[in-house]
Amino acid sequence: MGKTLAEKIIGEHAKREVKAGEIVIVPVDVCLTQDGTGPLAIRQLQKIDLEHAKNPQKTVLFLDHAAPSPRKELSNDHMLIREFAQKTGACLSDVGKGVCHQIIAESYLKPGDILIGADSHTCTGGGLGAFATGMGSTDVGMGIALGKTWLRVPETFKIEVTGKFQKGVYPKDLILYLIGLIGADGATYKALEWCGDTIDRMSQSGRLCLANMAVEAGAKAGLFATDDTTREYLEEHKRKKDFRKIDLDNDAEYEREIKIDASQLVPTISFPHTVDNTKRIDDINESIKIDQVFVGTCTNGRLEDLKAALKVIKGKKKHPRVRMIVVPASKKVFLDSLEKGYIKEFIEFGAAILAPGCGPCVGVHEGILGDGERCLATMNRNFKGRMGNPEGFIYLASPATAAAAAITGEISDPREFLIKK
Amino acid sequence: MILKGKAWKFGDDISTDLIAPGRLFHLRSNLPELAKHVLEDADPSFAQKVQKGDFVVGGKNFGLGSSREHAPTIIKLAGVSAVLAKSFARIFYRNSINVGLPVLICDTDKIDLGDQLEADLEKGKIKDLTKNIILDFTPLPGAMIKILNDGGLVEHIKKHGDFKID
Repeated sequence: MGKTLAEKIIGEHAKREVKAGEIVIVPVDVCLTQDGTGPLAIRQLQKIDLEHAKNPQKTVLFLDHAAPSPRKELSNDHMLIREFAQKTGACLSDVGKGVCHQIIAESYLKPGDILIGADSHTCTGGGLGAFATGMGSTDVGMGIALGKTWLRVPETFKIEVTGKFQKGVYPKDLILYLIGLIGADGATYKALEWCGDTIDRMSQSGRLCLANMAVEAGAKAGLFATDDTTREYLEEHKRKKDFRKIDLDNDAEYEREIKIDASQLVPTISFPHTVDNTKRIDDINESIKIDQVFVGTCTNGRLEDLKAALKVIKGKKKHPRVRMIVVPASKKVFLDSLEKGYIKEFIEFGAAILAPGCGPCVGVHEGILGDGERCLATMNRNFKGRMGNPEGFIYLASPATAAAAAITGEISDPREFLIKK
Repeated sequence: MILKGKAWKFGDDISTDLIAPGRLFHLRSNLPELAKHVLEDADPSFAQKVQKGDFVVGGKNFGLGSSREHAPTIIKLAGVSAVLAKSFARIFYRNSINVGLPVLICDTDKIDLGDQLEADLEKGKIKDLTKNIILDFTPLPGAMIKILNDGGLVEHIKKHGDFKID
């Protein structure tokens, strides 16, 4: 009997065959915390005098959620994290370096690794063929100190995607479609395993986007096999040696199989206040005015995303009512987009560029909504209050759909800007 | 252990943003202060009204969203004895056990705001004393019972020096 990717990777770490449903204790390869969860993890370790890191070179403490700090309380939290890194030798990813999940993919995670992170979107790492899952501060704190954790081996949903995306349709539309289909709790405790020719052709950036939002369907992880695309990504980040081929087994046991025809997808939007409240753009018949457009985050803040947005806005003017915020996901994405002239184009269009980090996604700073305002964002969550104000409304979409709204001032179909009539 | 208190009813999909909003990010290192705002965006006066021992009663997918352990921690700090829901989001569920907050999966449709409840954690039964009905709840996995009985994950590791969940 074949194995799912989750069974394969967890079994390798447990040094025995494992099946979905079992509880195992496994060594962890990489641990991450961010500035919203790190301080609690550190204090939990201090309580029981366990303030050390088992694998400091694979323990990464990020300052990205409130970076640069907008308040003294958060500056003090940052100090606590820096001191812990100093004391334990753990890696510190300080202000300006970027969003944890992007940096983990660029610099730390290898195919076949187990990553636990005190951030729910840690599942992004599944895009590189790792078992990556989010946990709370205490779990990750103990993982840092002891170098291990306990896991229940999840059952897996196989998501088979075939066919070509239409122009103007992206992996973000695919994941929003899937979450709309199965619901925000449709895959709770499960792993998603992606396959099919659409996935085989998909860029690394697209796979990271799909993996990133697994948690929005309740899933524990979203996993991909590895191939030449993975290899090239690691090579581009000077990590050739970290590549490892991980294949899917044809005869693995899946709890559920979902088939999606990519050619039938259209730009898709999540309406407030849940991610599964999705609509196909063709079905939106009203004008929905947008006040703020936000392109960035661990979901869609990569070079390819910025390029997709620019393709739509090329030669167009920003709607005077809309403010646009662009946040490259990492220092590398920022430098690459500077080099390619993307940043200049965004600035000339009228966007505000912020330092790599989570930006306005967490509601701490840098773009908090006013009462009744609507934001079209490329982020992964649109819960009430997410962008710092429970009276705000958040719509989720791809970078191209976000860019279209920046031009028209309302939710618009990016295909109208991309397909020549 | 028997828990007694009044029910505070919430709907489906209560996110961690509703429990511990991002706009109060700066209070995460001041949990007693953050607890004064618990569930504020779902019910602005909840934190003032809740009494020690009371239950938070949700619908499906309670605690979806971020990994912030501050969410179950401040529910507990506010005096809540347990959260009852039809289903829980995975990270919230695990975090709750780690901070010693019982999370019980049961059919919460029958419970109304203000009902007096009594939960027997060993027997897996919840009595709704107001309605005079008994609800069963799904027992926690063995590993989680061990952690909860030790008083949470920090106490568990302090006691055993390692994971002892077999």
